[in-house]
This record gives sequence, structure tokens and C-alpha cells, in this order.
Amino acid sequence: MSYWRFFLEHRSEILGATLEHVELVLIAMGIAIVIGVPLGMAIVHRAALRNVALGLASIFQTIPSLALFGFLIPIPFIGGIGKRTAIVALTLYALLPILRNTYVGLTGIDATLLEAAEAMGMTRSQIMMRVRLPLALSVILAGVRTATVITIGVATIAAAIGAGGLGTFIFRGVALVSDSLLLAGAIPAALLAILADVLLGRLERRLKVV
Amino acid sequence: MNSIKPMGKPATTGNGEVIAFRDVYYRVENGSVASRELVSGAELTVRNGETLVLLGRSGSGKTTLLRLINGMLLPSSGAVEVEGRATKEWDLIRLRRGIGYVIQEGGLFPHFTVAENVGLVPTLENWDEARKTVRVEEVLHIVGLDPKEFGERKPRELSGGQRQRVGVARALAADPKILLMDEPFAALDPVTRAELQKEFRELARRLGKTIVFVTHDLREALFLATNIVLLAGGKVVASGAPENFLKIDHPEVRAFAESLVVSDADRVGESA
Repeated sequence: MSYWRFFLEHRSEILGATLEHVELVLIAMGIAIVIGVPLGMAIVHRAALRNVALGLASIFQTIPSLALFGFLIPIPFIGGIGKRTAIVALTLYALLPILRNTYVGLTGIDATLLEAAEAMGMTRSQIMMRVRLPLALSVILAGVRTATVITIGVATIAAAIGAGGLGTFIFRGVALVSDSLLLAGAIPAALLAILADVLLGRLERRLKVV
Repeated sequence: MNSIKPMGKPATTGNGEVIAFRDVYYRVENGSVASRELVSGAELTVRNGETLVLLGRSGSGKTTLLRLINGMLLPSSGAVEVEGRATKEWDLIRLRRGIGYVIQEGGLFPHFTVAENVGLVPTLENWDEARKTVRVEEVLHIVGLDPKEFGERKPRELSGGQRQRVGVARALAADPKILLMDEPFAALDPVTRAELQKEFRELARRLGKTIVFVTHDLREALFLATNIVLLAGGKVVASGAPENFLKIDHPEVRAFAESLVVSDADRVGESA
């Protein structure tokens, strides 16, 4: 029951850290979507750019998160200690699932539909905007969902470079060997991830065209 | 014939030819060494109001010929002329918007309603809403669908036959002179197919469109065509009006004719 007491006594700090965490995730996801979806559209008809973009995004995804934070800190303008570096790293992490799913969704369209669209005199950009994109939405959203869950998790580590968020409680809990502190960060972070997964999953099913 | 004509309203040539293949070859390159010839030396013409059926086995090149007409493919050599102008000279977007296209299963866009599917080319052509609505209702009536009942449905809420009707309506929407149809009725059950074939024949005669129709079904070819062209291995091997077609002395014609007999025998066997 001491956990409960701790939660109640520190609820405003926990809420503040949760909001900070959500803010980090939303900003990073926003940037990743704004970059990833148009880039995914751009690589459908450009093989060279496709290899570079998907290759780079996979590399970012492969680098362990703490190491990626470490790499970014010394870089001028985007680096340093604090939120900015964390947002850059989280964006790089979120990019691959969004980019890959956008590309896969846009290219996985039934070939007869693309043929019909072309035969009816649609231009390439009309096919992209009116056929490929609407039919790929649910696959793209699945990428956004994966990226969001990853980002919520990785954002806890961002506390290590002073970005705030729920990771602050976890790191402090580890340092002070306090289960209450640790759980005050871990439980809301886990709940956030589950909530995002469920809500985005629901939206994804709604956008699916059968 | 030199095919460069001024932009603007293209017309049929004096002798009523709407589509003409002039010594057309189409090859696909497999790397630098081998190339495969899908169409070899095709010569054929389609006259105004004619229903030309391209008949052949799978891989005989009939769909390739069809796709050469609307510029989805361009000939490796020779010329395909549409309304007197080679496809290579056409603005392909303009060419295609002036040619109705129907494929197997209708090729309807699943995220559009029936009305949106049918009104697609008018939408691309920036027709105003009122004119488009009137036209969509008109063509749905033509193919035997009540616009009030079907207009707002999605393709998944239709039967196979209804989808195919919508496909035909969509092809007719912008009132094209030419219709290209790639085995449109092949995926339907035999009863629905026969119904649609009958209605379509009537429709074709009534609307006076120039139609190129691809099928591997001799029965369908004999029923719908005003002229049949038989393809084998990318070459035109025989052609003629349906009433004379079976009399042509060519092994591939005989092979198709025999398929009729076999399928009749099968049917007798089934009903016994």
C-alpha cells in the first residue's frame, strides 16, 4: 500500500512527468510523420532514393537508443543536453516504421486497380493521391502505431540526457533503489504505450478498405 | 500514312478506320541479351461501330494488343493508330480518357462508391457536379442498375454481375468512341455471364461504339463479334466474320472449334 501512498502524494509530479513524456512523443511523432509519409510517397517511383532512404532509416533503427543519444550530444545545433537532442533521436527511431509501412502500403495495391487507374487516364500524381494513398492508409497507420509504441518506450531513456519525462522517475528509482519511485515512472509509461496501441489499432481498423 | 495531325478534335480517317495496327511488333527486353516478342507483325483495322473480338489462348498476345491501343504499351516498331494518329504522337492521358476500359472483376476502386467509380473520368475532366450526376444516373440506367438503389453502395456490397455492370457504366461515362474490354465476363458464373453477354450485345449495337473485346472463349467471340481475329504466339493467324470464322482452314481455328465440341460433350456428361 506504500506504493499507493507514494502515487497519491506525488500525483502532480507524476502527472507533470507524464505530460512531458507525451509532449516528447507527440513532437517526435509529428516530425517523423511529416518526413516519413511524403518521403515514402517520393520513393515509390525512385529506386535510387528508395535504397538510400530505407537503408539510412534501418541504420538509425539498429543503433542502440542510449548510443544514439550519445552520438547526437556532441553534434552542434541539434545536439547537447536536453529535450532537443531527445526529440531528434526519437524522430530518427520513429522514421523507419513509418517510412517502410508507407512504402509497403503504397506499393502493395492490387495491380488491376493501378492498371484500371492508368487506363482511365489518371496521371501519376492522381493515382498517388486518389488511389494509392487512400488504399494504403491503414497500413501507414499501422506503421505510425508501431512507431508510437517504440517512441513511448525509448522516450523513458531520454531522461538520461536530461529531457525529462517518466524516465526521470525510473532512473531515480534505480539510483535510490526505490521501488515506489521506479514504478511511478514505469507504470504510467506502460499504460501510455498500451493506450496508444489500442486507440491507434482501433483507428487502423476503421480506415481499412475491404 | 503519316500520323502527325494537328491537336484538337481527332477524326476517323476517310475509310471509317478508328484503330489500325500497321506492322506492329512489341518486344520486352530481358536484360541485354534476350528479348521476347509478344506481338509479331500485327496488321489489323477496326472500323467505326465494329465489335472486334481478339480470340486466343492464354499468352497469345491478345491483352498486349489491347494495351497497345490505349498506349499502356507502345510498339517496339510499326505504329498503332487511333483515330488516324499514332499512339506515340498522342498525349496519352487525353488518349486514355477518350477510351473506355473494362477489365475482369470490373477493376472498381473499393474506397469509392458506385457513383464515384462511374463518375471518375468526368471528375478527372472537371465536369460540373450537376452534369456529372445526370450522366452517372444515365449510364447506370443504361447498364440496368437503379442509381437510387446502387449509387451510394461500395463495390463490396455488389454481386459479381453487378460489379461488372458498374465497370461497363464507368467505361461509358465520358461517352468515349472506343471501348476496350479485357475478358470482362470471364469471372462470372455461366448464367450471369450469358445474361450480360446478351445485354451487352444489344447495348453495343444500340450505342454504336467501336469495341475491341478480348476473350479466350470462342462461344463468346461468335456471339458478340462483328469480326474475329485469332491470335497465336503473338501473330494474327486468322480473321473473319463470325458466320465464316469456323470455315477457315487453319489448325488453330480447328483447335478452338474442337474445344466447343468437347465442352458440349462435357455438359452432356454432367447432366447424365
